[in-house]
Amino acid sequence: MNGFTYARAATLAEAIGGTFIAGGTDLLQLWKIGAATPAALVDITSLPLAGITTSANGVLIGAVARLADVARHPAVPKLVTDAIMASASGQIRNMATVGGNLLQRTRCPYFRSADLPCNKRAPNSGCGAIAGQNRAAALFGASLACVASHPSDLAVALAALDAEIDIHGATGPRRLAIADFYRLPGDAPERDTMLAPGELITGIFIPTPTGRTIYLKIRDRASFEFAVLSVAVSLTVEAGIIIRARIVAGSVAPMPWRLHAVEAALIGRAPDAASFTAAAAVAAEGAQPLPHNNFKITLLRRAVARALGEAA
Amino acid sequence: MHAHGRIALTLILNGAPCTASVAPSDTLLDLLRDQLHLTGTKKGCDMGACGACTVLVDGRRITSCLTLALAHDGAAVTTIEGIGTPDEPHPLQAAFIRHDALQCGYCTPGQIMSGIAVIAENPSSRDAIREAMSGNLCRGGAHPNIIDAIAEVAGL
Repeated sequence: MNGFTYARAATLAEAIGGTFIAGGTDLLQLWKIGAATPAALVDITSLPLAGITTSANGVLIGAVARLADVARHPAVPKLVTDAIMASASGQIRNMATVGGNLLQRTRCPYFRSADLPCNKRAPNSGCGAIAGQNRAAALFGASLACVASHPSDLAVALAALDAEIDIHGATGPRRLAIADFYRLPGDAPERDTMLAPGELITGIFIPTPTGRTIYLKIRDRASFEFAVLSVAVSLTVEAGIIIRARIVAGSVAPMPWRLHAVEAALIGRAPDAASFTAAAAVAAEGAQPLPHNNFKITLLRRAVARALGEAA
Repeated sequence: MHAHGRIALTLILNGAPCTASVAPSDTLLDLLRDQLHLTGTKKGCDMGACGACTVLVDGRRITSCLTLALAHDGAAVTTIEGIGTPDEPHPLQAAFIRHDALQCGYCTPGQIMSGIAVIAENPSSRDAIREAMSGNLCRGGAHPNIIDAIAEVAGL
């Protein structure tokens, strides 16, 4: 483990330049295993970014708001609360922040083993998972350089609600749709997001949900475990017809993965079992499974069908 | 300003002011155990997975292995040493004894600190306690008795 300096930023300007630390629950794990080697930590938890404010069209959550505080806030949509409460443990949720949750690194065991090859941790060292253990690997959006999946529950819920990410960087503030926030690995898997060096997430805007929502998380054990896969559903029904659908899968891609084919199959249909069965049948369209994760094809179809049924 | 070398910090530790000097990379757990010699807080996995290092910071339960000591300058930290004595145990400590809620005891300080916070979070049911305690592992399998002890003190 390398040593580092530590400073607490009182202003955004002071924060830029170091490695940001907030809850620290992911960064310190990565530092302990040598997958992160920060030289200068800047603690951003004193910045005025912990508030949760409501407006006519949604809620703005400060980047360093703790997951536990967000989950219990009455203005936060239930889908977000449910995704958070399915995440980590009570202790971790008291520490981890929403900004840090979105930026957590993959749980791929090759990324987290200093002795094994991983292009995301050590560029050009190769991907051990493609020909090795790949049960947790992505079904969608992977590349020959990296097949890791993104582990966040919160990001999946936010994607189903068309949330937006507020970012502060050298050129000032900007806002990105969460659909444009993450990047696919391509041949540069060391970069998970579209953040430029020195850019900081300052907040997350969540539009007020218009329909019925549900977060379904499938795990290897009942609590305190990352998803084998998860599904977030947001369905808007008018006059007995589905007019808007967001169906997003988690832990199956390097980012929250919109299931566009499922959404298209639902629009204009009645929210009933026949519609849901037909839509779920196309949930794995475009999937590129590996030897150990091909069971997720069936699991994804069934999870989508169940989530749709529970949302309706 | 970036600080190199050791940095002074102050805690309200188990109700009393306490000053220490730490390296930037010292975790709160390492400060408690190695410098302040409060070894009731245990280092199990050192990765936030087992809960043996659970302490309260400003009343909230956290895993002290996954947080830097310097992040808590000025905070009120409560450890297992701060909640009761052999003669006057905390009600949850007494309940753990009544319910035989331990095997080897290594995870017990973390279980009790976590349980105190869970009780303060007003769990609605025994199942809610079970879910809330998933961040504390017991290698000896005392979980049913641990839940019994917490449920009794929570009035469930």
